[in-house]
Amino acid sequence: MKSKGILVLLLISVLVLGTTMLALAQEKVLVFGSSGDVSRLDPADATDGESISRMDNIFEGLVEYKAGSTEIQPCLAESWDVSEDGKEIVFHLRKGVKFHDGTDFNADAVVFSFERQYNPEHPYHQYGEWAYWGYMFSDIDGMEKIDDYTVKLILSEPNASIMTSLAMFTVCIVSPANAEKYGEDAFKHPCGTGPFKFVEWVKDDHITLEANENYWRGRPKVDKLIFRVIPDPSARLLSLEVGEIHGMEYPNPADFDRIRANPDLVLMSEPGMNIGFMAMNNGYGYVDANKNGVKDPDEPLEKTPGYFEPLTKKEVRQAINMAIDKEAIVRDIYMGTASVAKNGMPPFMLGYNDEIEDYPYDPTRAKELLAEAGYPDGFEVTLHVMPVSRPYMFDPPKIGEAIQSYLAAVGIKVNFYQVDWATYLQETEAGMHQMCLLGWTGDNGDPDNFLNVLYGLNACSIGTAGNYAFYTNEENQELLTKALRTYDVEKRAEYYKKAQELIHEDAGWVFLAHSNQNMVFRKNVEGFVLHPTSRMFFYPVDIKR
Amino acid sequence: MKRYIIKRLLMLIPVLLGASILVFSLIHLAPGDPARTIAGEHASAQTIEKVRIKYGLDKPLVTQYWIWLKQALRGDFGRSIVSNEYVSKEILSRFPNTVELTLFSMFIAIVVGVLAGIISASRQYSLLDYGFMGIALFGVSMPVFWLGIMLMMIFGVFLRWLPISGRIDIMIPFTKITGLYLLDSIITGNWEAFISSLRHLILPSLALGTIPMATIARITRSSMLEVLKQDFIRTERAKGLSERTVIYKHAVRNALIPVVTVIGLNFGLLLSGAILTETVFSWPGVGRYVVKAVQMRDYPAVQGCVLFFAFIFVVVNLITDIIYVYIDPRIKYQ
Amino acid sequence: MEQETTTYKESTGRELLRRFKYNKSAVFGLIIILFMVFCAITADFIAPNDPYPSPPLLANKLKPGFWSDKGAPGMPLGSDGLGRCVLSRIIYGARVSLTAGFVAVAIAMFLGITLGVLSGYFGGWIDTIIMRIVDIMFAFPALLLAIVIVAVAGQGLEKAMIAIGIVYSPQMARIIRSSVLYIKEMEYIEVQKAIGSSHWRIIFRHILPNSVAPVIVYGTLMLASAILDCAALGFLGLGAQPPIPEWGAMLADSYSFIVSGAWWAATFPGIAILLSVLGLNLLGDGLRDILDPRLKQ
Repeated sequence: MKSKGILVLLLISVLVLGTTMLALAQEKVLVFGSSGDVSRLDPADATDGESISRMDNIFEGLVEYKAGSTEIQPCLAESWDVSEDGKEIVFHLRKGVKFHDGTDFNADAVVFSFERQYNPEHPYHQYGEWAYWGYMFSDIDGMEKIDDYTVKLILSEPNASIMTSLAMFTVCIVSPANAEKYGEDAFKHPCGTGPFKFVEWVKDDHITLEANENYWRGRPKVDKLIFRVIPDPSARLLSLEVGEIHGMEYPNPADFDRIRANPDLVLMSEPGMNIGFMAMNNGYGYVDANKNGVKDPDEPLEKTPGYFEPLTKKEVRQAINMAIDKEAIVRDIYMGTASVAKNGMPPFMLGYNDEIEDYPYDPTRAKELLAEAGYPDGFEVTLHVMPVSRPYMFDPPKIGEAIQSYLAAVGIKVNFYQVDWATYLQETEAGMHQMCLLGWTGDNGDPDNFLNVLYGLNACSIGTAGNYAFYTNEENQELLTKALRTYDVEKRAEYYKKAQELIHEDAGWVFLAHSNQNMVFRKNVEGFVLHPTSRMFFYPVDIKR
Repeated sequence: MKRYIIKRLLMLIPVLLGASILVFSLIHLAPGDPARTIAGEHASAQTIEKVRIKYGLDKPLVTQYWIWLKQALRGDFGRSIVSNEYVSKEILSRFPNTVELTLFSMFIAIVVGVLAGIISASRQYSLLDYGFMGIALFGVSMPVFWLGIMLMMIFGVFLRWLPISGRIDIMIPFTKITGLYLLDSIITGNWEAFISSLRHLILPSLALGTIPMATIARITRSSMLEVLKQDFIRTERAKGLSERTVIYKHAVRNALIPVVTVIGLNFGLLLSGAILTETVFSWPGVGRYVVKAVQMRDYPAVQGCVLFFAFIFVVVNLITDIIYVYIDPRIKYQ
Repeated sequence: MEQETTTYKESTGRELLRRFKYNKSAVFGLIIILFMVFCAITADFIAPNDPYPSPPLLANKLKPGFWSDKGAPGMPLGSDGLGRCVLSRIIYGARVSLTAGFVAVAIAMFLGITLGVLSGYFGGWIDTIIMRIVDIMFAFPALLLAIVIVAVAGQGLEKAMIAIGIVYSPQMARIIRSSVLYIKEMEYIEVQKAIGSSHWRIIFRHILPNSVAPVIVYGTLMLASAILDCAALGFLGLGAQPPIPEWGAMLADSYSFIVSGAWWAATFPGIAILLSVLGLNLLGDGLRDILDPRLKQ
């Protein structure tokens, strides 16, 4: 009898779905379906995309990206002057801007937001790991206050990519009063100058922001912005279809036909600023004894733990490049939501070398090359396969399996190796892998942020490598360093093009694909612009009835 | 009886202490560097070193355990590496979700299971009996995660009857009091929220509740059959009472004793099942949290969660044992 | 007491077979299991396609099976996300899942029997220590403990088998212990002790052979849970690694395709898990009724 009752309840509740939709409050609430919860809401202390996408709507930096590009424009700084030697930048700050807690934005806040990251003596230094500082901003010697609305940034060396880096979330300006109020818990109570104010964070469920009435550019068009956590892409799509949410990130490529067929939904898709690749360990790296991030003459090359004879041979690496059908992988595993990569950075970037001709898919030639290198019967090799999906490679195990099958056809037996993500990074950075799947999403839109961190000799330090192929070409590194230290755009492009030729010829990587970034919105949501760095700015977004 | 309970409670102490040592040593035997996890994907060597010292990861294991244990006794499992939040807070904020899911699953399991069992027994060898018992047979062998996926597919994707993730429609204004959504919406008289959270609860609870449902149905049936064979029932029938009265008034009451103990035993199993169900349905409970923590190598969180689970598990088992002793006079307690 | 021992002796022969034949569910369970074992052994011959085609036939991905005319030829249950035959992978998966379950149970039995016999036979402080350890292990939901062990040891099928074996051993230890306690009290064991037989002789010649019934019954039921938990670990990504066609991992691999309409790749591996667990449960229950009426609830 009670089971009948449940059935009745069930039926009633199905009917009620319709009425709840009508009950949508008068205020404009935009609900966005995201794939995960945030980790911490301090812009200088977060490294995950989820946290960053929330904070992009709460905080602002001195400069910001123009909509949809990585060019910069003034934001909290109205203008700036670069000194002649390129080592000092003076910023003139915007007046009359207030933080969400009502305190004034001024030079003290800027100095506070920077200094807490680089100065170990700073009282708030202990509350974060400041992971990005050492990696992107180590050329900064300090930030000084000149007067209440002027600050000076001091660099140790000229750095052609520093201005684009300053548009990154890491150097967003936080309210010092708020930091003082919450101390070590400030990361749960974010307070900036941006278009939305923080309201609440329910773990694993949602984060609510509301419109900042006093925003200096004028109030945003929606009243509330809610980020809901729905980890499964299929579940996210279903929620979007019934209107429980208005937009979502990372749709499953397999569902694209279904999305396109739905007149209520709009699929936004643009080439992303990323590269997904398989790196082959060339065998040698160096130990960065003085930890300066540069290979000094007194730091000799030594064998990496994952040294594997066959992969040290250029012919073998080229053969592997020819044995894998990238077109098929992009078509059938990326399901067309990516473009085939031939270089280590995306085509729209400064200095991209389009004259390079990619290795063709040619298993017969691959076999010949293997025989020439002395491996007519192939060999057995281990492939590190990422345990997580990243924006540059959404389904690594499937790609790994496909590579396994392709290489088997030319006689190379591939063994799978999977560990948790933290260990994975640790092992690959220490050069313990023979081959590994990895990739990169650009931070600031500068080519240095791809070529130097991924393919330079300096990035071959065992234990902290970013050059996962341990490609130790000195000529290549010289080109990359020259390119970073000059502000002349054409010269930079020239250096980068030459570097890509070397990288292609030595074939340390199989460059697989540049993934598109995809988002789906309901048709009545307007004004959202995809950004190459995958950051999400909801200020211009509106919901039409 | 009182002495039995006190004795059992005291026995929990060494068990939980042993469990804490087991968990702690297991986690710390793990390869992989927690300092690296904390520092993040792009961290420099200096940052990693700093983190190691800050979190005490450079100290010897025994010292680390001792510090951890002292804090754990005060209910402090340390801070999560991923979120920098107290693990105890992380667990407690999610626990009501797990409680609501397990209780509601059990509710469905008991209602449906007992009814099916009674009907089967009262019409032994009928088509209905075979039908119910056939389903129950499949039910006890069901992979929970697969069942969850199938329910999602059928009722969520193809029929579109029910939502497949989340706790409640986010647009519905809702005041949290206990964290149990059904209860809270009843307290605040918010029927819209009640219906919405109920709709969100149905599929996960069905997935989680199926195994206990099937077990309960089978036990109820066999226990009913045994009772129906007994003399006093025959007498009742002989007195000319209607079959319905005989079954529902007299037999059921006696048949339910073994069912109660099975229910207790299944509560423990539900905790295991909750890990899978919550993962499938993205249910924001402790089970999904522990899986996530394991995948992220969030050491303090894994330790805290596993110990918390162990605590709940032994307490539930203890309560079951006590009820068992209490309701079944045939069992003697030592 | 005397009576008991003789029932065991008598029931070893034709009598057992007769009882088995009349137990419908046991026969049914056995048929399912034999079918699975048959698939596992002859996978190389009966699978219609190569479960690991090389190079991969990516263009064949997510094609439906016999129920549709758009299906890939020769793939009756359709293809998965990498264009592989689902049926062939399920057939090869029987080999993986059955072996995994079997090895896990073998480990659990080895540990459980050793601990249970030591504990039950010798008693005293050995018993106390072993039973306290068992209590501690029982304080965790089995799956959770297995997850933590696998997380620590690193993911992989072998590690999942070992983890499940370890997690199941306390259960086996308790069963064996109570069985040993029961047998130990029998008169003829007393007689053996009196005539000065060594402990090991008593254990191996008398105690163990008499514990065979519960070992077989609970071993069968445990095999069912082991297959289930192995699949659960595979589903969570902690068990078998690709391209091994383990049922749980296959399911995890393809459930993201359900919304786009490709339901088959996730549905059929689940049915395979369900059937083998069902078969083992039926067989185990049946064996319990047949072998040892004393174990009946």
